[in-house]
Amino acid sequence: APRRTDERTLASKGVWVFAEQRQGEMPEVVLELMGHGKRLADELGVELGAVVLGDQVKGQAEELFALGADVVYVADDPCLADFNDDAYCEVLAKLIKKYQPEIFLAGATSIGRSLVPRVATAVETGLTADCTSLTIDSERRLLLQTRPAFGGNIMATIICPQARPQMATVRPRVMKKGERTPGQTGRLIELTLEGKEKTGTRVLEVVKALDEKVNLTGAEVVVVGGRGLGGPEGFDLVRELAEALNGVVGATRGAVDLEWIGHAHQVGQTGRTIAPKLYIGLGVSGAVQHLVGMQASDTIVAVNTDPNAPIFEVATYGIVGDLFKVVPAMLDRLRELRGGA
Amino acid sequence: MRIVVCIKQVPDTANVRLDPETHTLKREGVESIINPFDLFALEAGLRLREEVGGELTVLSMGPPQAAEVISEAVGYGVDSGLLLSDRAFAGADTWATTCALAAGVKYLGGADLVICGKQAVDGDTAQVGPGLAYRLGVPHVAFVKGFQELAEDHLVVERQMDDGYDVVDLPLPGLMTVVREVGEPRPPSLKGKMRAKKYKVPVATAEDLSLDPSSLGLAGSYTQVEKVFAPEACGDREMIEGPAEEAGATVVDRLVQSKVIALGG
Ligand SMILES: Cc1cc2nc3c(=O)[nH]c(=O)nc-3n(C[C@H](O)[C@H](O)[C@H](O)COP(=O)(O)OP(=O)(O)OC[C@H]3O[C@@H](n4cnc5c(N)ncnc54)[C@H](O)[C@@H]3O)c2cc1C
Ligand SMILES: Cc1cc2nc3c(=O)[nH]c(=O)nc-3n(C[C@H](O)[C@H](O)[C@H](O)COP(=O)(O)OP(=O)(O)OC[C@H]3O[C@@H](n4cnc5c(N)ncnc54)[C@H](O)[C@@H]3O)c2cc1C
Repeated sequence: APRRTDERTLASKGVWVFAEQRQGEMPEVVLELMGHGKRLADELGVELGAVVLGDQVKGQAEELFALGADVVYVADDPCLADFNDDAYCEVLAKLIKKYQPEIFLAGATSIGRSLVPRVATAVETGLTADCTSLTIDSERRLLLQTRPAFGGNIMATIICPQARPQMATVRPRVMKKGERTPGQTGRLIELTLEGKEKTGTRVLEVVKALDEKVNLTGAEVVVVGGRGLGGPEGFDLVRELAEALNGVVGATRGAVDLEWIGHAHQVGQTGRTIAPKLYIGLGVSGAVQHLVGMQASDTIVAVNTDPNAPIFEVATYGIVGDLFKVVPAMLDRLRELRGGA
Repeated sequence: MRIVVCIKQVPDTANVRLDPETHTLKREGVESIINPFDLFALEAGLRLREEVGGELTVLSMGPPQAAEVISEAVGYGVDSGLLLSDRAFAGADTWATTCALAAGVKYLGGADLVICGKQAVDGDTAQVGPGLAYRLGVPHVAFVKGFQELAEDHLVVERQMDDGYDVVDLPLPGLMTVVREVGEPRPPSLKGKMRAKKYKVPVATAEDLSLDPSSLGLAGSYTQVEKVFAPEACGDREMIEGPAEEAGATVVDRLVQSKVIALGG
C-alpha cells in the first residue's frame, strides 16, 4: 500500500462527525452520526468532535454539544453559505491535517457523497462509501466498515489500515439517533479562513422545485406505484395512502417512462436508492433494477395481482390481489383505528 | 474544447450473485457492459461537443477486454479513446483508480472538461469523479442533471440535491459527474459502428504513464476489502391470504402491531 510512517496513524485521535447543514438545517443523518459516533468514541476512549461549515452557523454548536460532542469545530464565513466542494474541501482538509482525527464520518447525502471523496483524496487516505454498519475491531484498533456493493447483491467489509483518518460516508436511516442532553457543553474551536477558499464553483441559485421536492432518500415511509396502477390517475390512490402514512410517493421506471409521474419519484438503479422504515409497492413487479434501489428497506409490503411477481421474494408482507381493492381497505382500516384511538 | 469522458466496464450487476460456499462473485454467464451511468456521461460529452465544438475522448481503466467499451463508445460517435491496462492496475480502490485516471488524462494532453458517471454499478462508491477532480487540481460538480449554459470557459449546471437542485457555475477546466436526467445517448450511427469495427484501441501501461507500480492497484490502495458476504435474507415473510378487503385490513394491523406505523398524529 502507499505505506507511510505509522507516526500519523498512532498520533491520530478522536472520532469526528461532519455536521452537514443546508440553509441552516441539519439533516437527520447528522443526529444518527452523532449517536453512533459517540458509541465509537466511547469504545475507543477518545473524544467526539463535530465539524460545522457555513454562514451564521455558530449557533449549531449548542445542539452538537447537546448531542454529545466534546469539541465542535466551526468555520463560519459568508463564502461557506452555500455548499461548494472546493471551499468546503479546503477547510476540512486543513482541519483534519491540523487536528488528526482517527475516524471521520459523514452522511451519504448529495453533499457528503460529493464532498468527502474530494477531502479523502486531499488528505491522502481511504474512504468507504455508503456504509450500513461501523464497528471497532479493538485488537487492531480498526474501523470495520460494512457496505452494500454490486447493487446490493453483496455486502463488503472494508478496512483502512495504513492511513488516517479512516473515512466513511454512512447511509441515512441505518444508525440510531443520539440522545440529547440539553445544556451540555464542550470546547468550541473556530477556524478563520485564508481567502483561498473563494475560488472554484459557485452556487447561483438554490431551487426546491415542486416536482423535485420528493425527499425520497429522507422519507420514513415510501409508497411506490408501478404500471399496475393502469394510468396517471392511479397515482391518486398512491398519494392518498402516502399522505395517510405521512410518507412520500415513489414510482417504478415503468410508470415514469409512461409519464404518469416525474422522474424525481423514480426508485431503483437509475433513480433513487431508498431504505425507509416502510416501503409499500403497489402494482410493482419487482424487476431487479427496481429491487436494488429498495431492498434494504426495513419492512416491505407488496400488493400485486400476480402471485409470481418477483417483488414477493423480498416482501415482508405480500398480498396477492387487486390494489384498487386492497388499498381502499387499508385506508378504511387506518381511519377506523385512528378514529378509535 | 477537449472533453474526456471516463467509462468503466462493469458486470451486468442484475445477475451477479455471491457463491454461498466460496464467497466469491459468480461471474460465469454474466455479461460485461458499459456502466449504465456512463452512457449519460457519454451523452453529455456528445452534446457539449455539438454545442461548443472540440474533441471528445473516452478513457477507461481495466483489463484488456475493457477495450470493448471503448470501441462501443466510438460507435456512439466519440473521436478517440484510451485504455489504461496493466496488471499493476488490478485491485485498485478509488484512491488508486483516480491516480491512474489522472495520469491517463495528462497522457492525453489534459482536458478542459472531464465527465464521469454518477457511480459505477459494481463498486457503487461514486467516489472516483470527485477524487479525480482533486488529483487534476480542478473544481467539480457531482450529480449534474441539466445544463443552463455551455461555454468554452465555464458551464452553468443543475446539481441534483436531496431536496431539489442547485444551479452551479463550474469554471473550466473542471469535472462533473452526471445523472440520468442529462439524457441517454442517441443510438450509435451506422457510420459510427463501421468506424468502431476498424478502430484500434490505444492502450497505455503503467510504464507509459510513468507511474510507480507501488502507487497503483491493490498495492497502491488505502482501503482493503476484508471480506464479502451475501446480504442477510431479511426476517420473516408472510403472504396475507383472504379477500382483498380483509387482507388490506390485516396488513395494516400487522404494521401497527410491529410498530412500523404509528397511529397517533
Ligand atoms: C438499465 C436499466 C435500468 C433500469 N432502472 C430502473 C429503475 O431505476 N427503477 C425501476 O423501477 N425500473 C428500472 N428499470 C426497468 C425495470 O426493468 C422494469 O421494467 C420496471 O421496474 C417495471 O416497472 P413496473 O413494475 O411498474 O411494471 P411491470 O413490470 O409492468 O409490472 C406491473 C405489475 O403490476 C401488476 N398489476 C397489474 N394490475 C394490477 C392491479 N390492479 N393490482 C395489483 N397489481 C397489478 C402486474 O401483475 C405486474 O407485476 C431499468 C431497466 C434497465 C434496463
Ligand atoms: C465489494 C467492493 C467494495 C468496494 N468498496 C470500496 C470503497 O468503499 N472504497 C473504495 O475506495 N473502493 C472500494 N472498492 C473499489 C472500487 O470499486 C474500485 O476502486 C473501482 O476501481 C472504482 O470505484 P467504483 O466502481 O466505485 O466507481 P465509482 O466511483 O462509483 O464510479 C464513478 C465514475 O467514475 C468513472 N470510473 C470509475 N472507475 C473507472 C475506470 N476503471 N475507468 C474509467 N472510468 C472509471 C466512471 O465515469 C464512473 O461512472 C470496492 C470494490 C468492491 C469489489
